[in-house]
Amino acid sequence: MRSFTWIKIPLLAACLLPLASLAWDGYTGNLGANPIEVITRSTGTWTLVFLLITLSVTPLRKLTGWNSLIKLRRMLGLFAFFYASLHFTTYIWLDQFFELAEIAQDVVKRPFITVGFASFILLIPLAATSTSAMIRRLGKRWQQLHRLVYVTAIGGVVHYLWLVKADIRKPLIYGLILALLLACRTVTRWGQIPAFKLAVKKLLVPSP
Amino acid sequence: MLIRKSNDIKSSEITPREIYLSRRNFFLSAAVAAAGLIVPPFPFSQEAHAGTKLAGVRKSSLSTDEKPNSFKEITTYNNFYEFGTDKDSPAEQAKRLVTRPWTVSVEGEIRRPKVYDIDELIKLSPLEERIYRLRCVEGWSMVIPWVGFPLYALISRVEPTSKAKYVEFTTLLDPKQMPGQRRGVLDWPYVEGLRIDEAMHPLAILAVGLYGEVLPNQNGAPIRLVVPWKYGFKSVKSIVRIRFVERQPSTAWMKAAPHEYGFYSNVNPEVDHPRWSQARERRIGEFTKRKTFLFNGYREQVASLYQGMDFKKYF
Repeated sequence: MRSFTWIKIPLLAACLLPLASLAWDGYTGNLGANPIEVITRSTGTWTLVFLLITLSVTPLRKLTGWNSLIKLRRMLGLFAFFYASLHFTTYIWLDQFFELAEIAQDVVKRPFITVGFASFILLIPLAATSTSAMIRRLGKRWQQLHRLVYVTAIGGVVHYLWLVKADIRKPLIYGLILALLLACRTVTRWGQIPAFKLAVKKLLVPSP
Repeated sequence: MLIRKSNDIKSSEITPREIYLSRRNFFLSAAVAAAGLIVPPFPFSQEAHAGTKLAGVRKSSLSTDEKPNSFKEITTYNNFYEFGTDKDSPAEQAKRLVTRPWTVSVEGEIRRPKVYDIDELIKLSPLEERIYRLRCVEGWSMVIPWVGFPLYALISRVEPTSKAKYVEFTTLLDPKQMPGQRRGVLDWPYVEGLRIDEAMHPLAILAVGLYGEVLPNQNGAPIRLVVPWKYGFKSVKSIVRIRFVERQPSTAWMKAAPHEYGFYSNVNPEVDHPRWSQARERRIGEFTKRKTFLFNGYREQVASLYQGMDFKKYF
């Protein structure tokens, strides 16, 4: 009860649904003519979705005052890492079939892969320091370190945007949501600066 | 676990290709046998819907002997942005396309301009089966048994003038039937082009069928271009206008991203797309990638068109 188990267990199951659905489609032969592409797309999309859900925990807390939500953030963030790992493995294994020279060339020469690769690498230290012991050990530096997730999320959207041929609607939607979630943070942070408060006041209250 | 599954999925094995082939052979021999007894076979019945058998289709020595992809693969995995940008949307959305009546206006620098009715156009030249490789600019490929006739049969009939240096092809513009055109993903209508000597090449065909049957809408019905040595997007679908021009046409993809898609767009493993490699390709239905070949393996036939050309400049 204290640890929020009643919500954590169904949430865990829900977070596994995208993988379950992918596995089921694979098992029943419903992944279409190019299954590897579908697996790559799906795991990539869910990585972005989980990054955005994770980033919405703090704004939601502030908005609703439901502070216990913070207890779910670690699981959501780890699921972002989980789907990113699947996405990365799909690329290395199914798409490139461990052709290391080809992969190295991709990472160096293809900006969208460079960005995607870097974003994934940046997630690793975050996942590694997600244990309670690490949070305690790192103290204030933990929070600084975990701000890297902003970089990863921006990198993820750019990665998507740069791989699309002409129809940029979907990556733009992810970009807009991310921009909104990041803007929430800037506003609340700037709201604590006295000079900013004053400026807002001046803007809102017409001077005589 | 995922790996084992995707390895298992070879829809080309699920879909009984042999049945298609034997059925087609049966119809072919039946048609040949009947030819002496009844009137010459009419390419199209009045009901020219996808799935209708095409009669009198000849084999061609220009076909590859590679194993064709299944009918299902060819008709459910399509790039046809007029019907949406997802691979599976054309199969669903193209159902509403009405392909009869249909006219193709042949115009420009020619002595005999004419608005052809589609059924008249199809009878210009005997239909042939052409089994071609198709390489998409996105890095996948298929082997497709088209039915069509050489583009030169039309070109020689309309008598191009000396000013006809290029041929421009235009797809139908009709956002009511083509929901993808309601969004400005590309500068509609879709326009493609060939140099006149490329257009005259025997490998370039106008396709009206697939697997011996009337072309399904999602594959570009009622008539489309197929240029097998170029990336797939050059093979424009659902054509309503063929215009002979003096200056190089500006194509839809050149307008969308001029540094990424050139006028020539010949398949070339050495010239990468600015954002991805073109060295290898995934043949739909296969697990590992294949090497991509210059001119999609049609080098022997088409290299003479491009002698001395810098492919990095004219990509």
